[in-house]
Amino acid sequence: MWVVPTIPPALYLILSGILFMIGVIGAITRRNAIVVFICIELMLNAVNLSFITFSRFLQSIDGVIFAFFVMAVAAAEAAVGLAIFVMLYRSRETVNVDEVNLLKW
Amino acid sequence: MKLPDIDLYLIAPEIIITVFGFLVLLVDVFAPKGEKKGYLGVLSLLGVAIAFFYTLPLVGTGKTGFVEMFAADGFAIFFKITILIIAFLTLLISIGYAPREGIGFGEYYALILFATFGMMLMAAGTHLIIIFLGLETMSISIYVLAGMLRGDQKSVESAFKYFLLGAFATGFLLYGIAFLYGATGSLYLKNIASYIGSKNLLNHPMLLMSLAFLTIGFGFKIASVPFHMWTPDVYEGAPTSVTAFMATGVKAAGFSALLRVFFTALPAFQPDWTSIMWLIAVATMTFGNIIAISQNNIKRMLAYSSIAHAGYILVAFVAGNKLGTSGILFYLMAYAFMNLGAFTCVILLGKKGEENTLITDYAGLGFKYPLLAASMTVFLLSMAGIPPLGGFMAKFYVFSAAVEAKFYWLAVLGMINSAISVYYYLRVTVLMYFREPEREITGLSFSPAPTLALILALIGTFYLGIFPSNVLSFAQKSIAGLM
Repeated sequence: MWVVPTIPPALYLILSGILFMIGVIGAITRRNAIVVFICIELMLNAVNLSFITFSRFLQSIDGVIFAFFVMAVAAAEAAVGLAIFVMLYRSRETVNVDEVNLLKW
Repeated sequence: MKLPDIDLYLIAPEIIITVFGFLVLLVDVFAPKGEKKGYLGVLSLLGVAIAFFYTLPLVGTGKTGFVEMFAADGFAIFFKITILIIAFLTLLISIGYAPREGIGFGEYYALILFATFGMMLMAAGTHLIIIFLGLETMSISIYVLAGMLRGDQKSVESAFKYFLLGAFATGFLLYGIAFLYGATGSLYLKNIASYIGSKNLLNHPMLLMSLAFLTIGFGFKIASVPFHMWTPDVYEGAPTSVTAFMATGVKAAGFSALLRVFFTALPAFQPDWTSIMWLIAVATMTFGNIIAISQNNIKRMLAYSSIAHAGYILVAFVAGNKLGTSGILFYLMAYAFMNLGAFTCVILLGKKGEENTLITDYAGLGFKYPLLAASMTVFLLSMAGIPPLGGFMAKFYVFSAAVEAKFYWLAVLGMINSAISVYYYLRVTVLMYFREPEREITGLSFSPAPTLALILALIGTFYLGIFPSNVLSFAQKSIAGLM
């Protein structure tokens, strides 16, 4: 019978780190606010992956519960954030981060 | 399995604030349409006042509850009192300001109450989930509040910037928490500290990463350099009452969580964070003060000055001794009074459709509105650190803590910065008293609620300057459980 090989926890953590870095780089370099926000969500989910890995590895339930809270908070944040984007688009007809520049210096 | 004891008196202030938040929303829905809704603000004020009276019996009990996730120790109570004072004064200002700008509906007051709830939770949490939830409840409410003036492009822009950068910083904070959890296996601050102590994990790479990420996450909330770029934009664009709330409340709550996490969970890393925070403190003070000199908008100037004040508070954080920590509590209380007072003056000088936030608008104010100009002068001098005002005593405690901990250069740099800041605070005063007005500002209405807030802020500023020992000894008792 074919057995699923155990994947060492370090690999999950590396994956989580890579996802987090992709999120950070995307949030800094992309210009469309929606894409920036997707990258931020990617960062939060990378953190969730870390939490779940630690939770399994340490045999403690806390990390899984934290991951649930992060998901709930991310959902609330998405609701507020998209509402702000809609408001911005109505007043400015753009969600390009570079063009939102009334306030500076 | 035995269920944990539930002591609702411990979280009575939080419950009351939440209940009144929902009550305000409900009353707003069922109230007749098209009516002026001044009573919503009064209802919220009532909620804050009741929460305040339920906080006072908790002074000195030092209890923890909810499986030790939630502390009602002196530290939390001191911050809760500060936060409730901030919320009270903000609501008083809002009763005059919000209807004038057309945002005086239920959501506005409810969101202020929910943000207050989040701040109180941040001060009281001894478990990282509670601290995180408090931080997010506060932040999400404030994102919405910043964009309340829907027709105003600047307000929308400030909400947009605050939201994107705030969510970005949350990601870093969470990654820091994840590493802390991974290295120690606990989310309780006390267990983290004892685990680090027992296993001697001082060079654990995950813990060092977590320290860096937590510094980024909290540094964003307290607006320290180099995580301050959002501050001037958001403070300028947001409705002025919300700006006042952000500058005082979010900063107080951010510092409460920073102190709690670093002093309770990571005391073993004090040598590591001291060197980083030394640099951040100096950069924050210098940067804030130097850029504030060249501002021509008063809200923007106060934003840079709030960055500088975060730097002064970080000086005491670097000192890390008892005097420094109680100095931080004292500083935040004094800062709440003087900064809210200054923003109240800014609000009183504006009217519908005419904000009058340019510094040149203050020219000649001393002759036309002598009392308003005099109060503004008091608040600005207090922020500059002139005796006998609250700001002077606050700076005195902070810098003497740095001297006591032998950070002489830090204290010297702080005092030089304080001297630089006198320039831009006095510039406004000079304009008010020694210049002819450039244009007529007429038709200001001094409605009773903001005027009351102004008087309370004046009393607070003078009281903390002339009789500081009461509050300082209370602050010293409050930090007993923390360090």
